[in-house]
Amino acid sequence: MADRLAPLGLLGADALLSDEERAIRDVARRIADEKVRPHIADWFERGTCPARELAKDFGAVGLLGMHLTGYGCAGASAVAYGLTCMELEAADSGVRSLVSVQGALAMYAIWRYGSEEQKSSWLPGMARGELIGCFGLTEPDHGSDPASMATRARRDGEDWVLHGAKMWITNAPIADVSVIWARSDAGVQGFLVPLDTPGVTANEITRKLSLRASVTGEIVLDDVRLPADAVLPGARGLKAPLSCLTEARLGIVWGALGSARDCLETAVDYACEREQFGRPVAAFQLTQAKLADMAVELNKGFLLALHLSRAADTGTLRPEMVSVGKLNNVREALAIARTCRTILGANGISGEYPIMRHAMNLESVLTYEGTSEIHTLVLGQALTGISAFT
Amino acid sequence: MKIVVLVKQVPDSGEERTLRADDKTVDRDAATKRMNELDEHAIEEALKLAEANGGEVTLLTMGPGDATDTIRKALSMGPDKAVHVSDDALHGSCAIATSKVLAAALGKLEWDLVLCGAESTDGGVQALPHMLAERLGVGAVTGARKVTVEGATVTVERQTDEGYEVLQTEGPAIVSVWDTINEPRYPSFKLIMAAKKKPVESFALADLGVSADEVGLANATSQVLEFAPKPPRQAGVKITDEGEGGAKLVEYLASEKFV
Ligand SMILES: Cc1cc2nc3c(=O)[nH]c(=O)nc-3n(C[C@H](O)[C@H](O)[C@H](O)COP(=O)(O)OP(=O)(O)OC[C@H]3O[C@@H](n4cnc5c(N)ncnc54)[C@H](O)[C@@H]3O)c2cc1C
Repeated sequence: MADRLAPLGLLGADALLSDEERAIRDVARRIADEKVRPHIADWFERGTCPARELAKDFGAVGLLGMHLTGYGCAGASAVAYGLTCMELEAADSGVRSLVSVQGALAMYAIWRYGSEEQKSSWLPGMARGELIGCFGLTEPDHGSDPASMATRARRDGEDWVLHGAKMWITNAPIADVSVIWARSDAGVQGFLVPLDTPGVTANEITRKLSLRASVTGEIVLDDVRLPADAVLPGARGLKAPLSCLTEARLGIVWGALGSARDCLETAVDYACEREQFGRPVAAFQLTQAKLADMAVELNKGFLLALHLSRAADTGTLRPEMVSVGKLNNVREALAIARTCRTILGANGISGEYPIMRHAMNLESVLTYEGTSEIHTLVLGQALTGISAFT
Repeated sequence: MKIVVLVKQVPDSGEERTLRADDKTVDRDAATKRMNELDEHAIEEALKLAEANGGEVTLLTMGPGDATDTIRKALSMGPDKAVHVSDDALHGSCAIATSKVLAAALGKLEWDLVLCGAESTDGGVQALPHMLAERLGVGAVTGARKVTVEGATVTVERQTDEGYEVLQTEGPAIVSVWDTINEPRYPSFKLIMAAKKKPVESFALADLGVSADEVGLANATSQVLEFAPKPPRQAGVKITDEGEGGAKLVEYLASEKFV
């Protein structure tokens, strides 16, 4: 067979990366290939993930909170962070979620809004993967509209008392610390809540049919008493948690490409091997049209992600830019996963191949960190100046 | 403790490798280049020893200009600095000439221990450590699966076909290692970013006091006269069990040196 280009080789976009970015990408790919891929189908099927062990492996190379500076963090660029998310999610979205939540949500919130003491007591251990963090914004009754959150924080002398519940919280059942967003008299504030604090319970959400290799839970806060220094001093108002989400979404913009790339590579290999009517199914024009269209979308998505991360590195990234990326790349990744599934025929639904797993995972990715509808409305508002949220 | 690790950039052994039609040397341009796999284990061992005993790890590479890629990758595992010997006259050097150049470079460095891979995946000569030891007048212990250092004493478990033997030498010494010795660490992101700031000193032949007519293809002690692509894979051997199948299997495995 003649030479084949890898789907992401089509535009030679690798040349847009620096040596350092490629070197970091290669290590991320290696760690995903060696520590995740051999086991992922099994973890997914059993609905588990050895998150603590993985976190230590990831921490050892400096992958957790890699785009933050100081406190044992690597201080890498947003592009390097994105490439890492892409490689991890090429293995599985659940593993990328573990890393996103740890680094871009929990660690970022502490790094950006925490006191010096909070930073030095939590960040180094979290960077090493010895401590796991989670981020509690969503509630059972408040998802897309976090401004109406019901979790309350009230002062009692010097202490804080938190009451409420958080839902769909990645890493919650295994975490050491949660960043909990609650409404006080002063507006929305963030609190560092160790999960072993009396009054805190974290229950695992089971029967998920997506992101099965990621641990998700509910956090119940029953009059949880916290010392005065549990509050994140720099965070006031909803824009604080939303800024964390902007940070994490950048990882998703890249991560989704990873899932899509893995699906497409699998589909190309399969189509070239599998013969029907005496020819490889890759020889049929209908198949080639699918592959070509998917590769075009994948490469466009890569350029988009790269543009956004370069903007982040130069400090010119605006939230609606990230909405463009999240909306497009997750939507296209999901379309690619579904189309790849058709190319594998019956094998497309088998857990022996990664495609159905990616497709199922991407359904969560489409919803979390701002649903596709919400990002559409963000763009509608940016274009018209009119909010269509309410 | 000062350790020098010899690191070689080689064509990726996972790919089809070819020789050049003109001078019958390895076609390095056509190949994806990478660090010789066993050298990663040598670096890991050096880092471990330096971490345990205190000290410094220096990489030494002889290779063309683009070997800097491999040097940067190797530095991102954690060594402190590197020395790159590069000179157009070195193209096509044989193992003996290579040992002369590396010995000269080692003569310019301070070290208690030199570590290297037991062989390179391109040359596969396995003789370089001995040649170096001979030139430098130090001990060489090759094929290690374990190295311990106590004071000046270097103790090595040397892997053999049957098991291992324990050898001891007084430093300074040269030790080559197999992949059984350790699990190389992943380069860390922080070190990847720091690698470009680490010092890489360049030596040309003149800096080492080696003259161009002692090295290179024209002065090589061995010469490639002819080469041919390896024959396509033969069909496997099928052994039908007619009572003595087991014996035949063992016979075959022994003839291929698998057992
Ligand atoms: C696996 C997984 C992990 C998660 N991890 C975390 C985590 O770590 N931390 C955390 O805080 N949250 C997490 N989430 C929660 C996630 O962020 C929310 O699910 C998401 O914000 C949507 O909220 P909801 O599910 O309540 O949907 P709803 O807000 O109830 O939305 C239901 C539907 O209505 C649409 N909709 C809502 N409002 C509008 C509107 N104004 N106009 C048009 N359409 C609208 C939505 O787009 C959606 O289609 C996770 C979710 C999943 C699935």
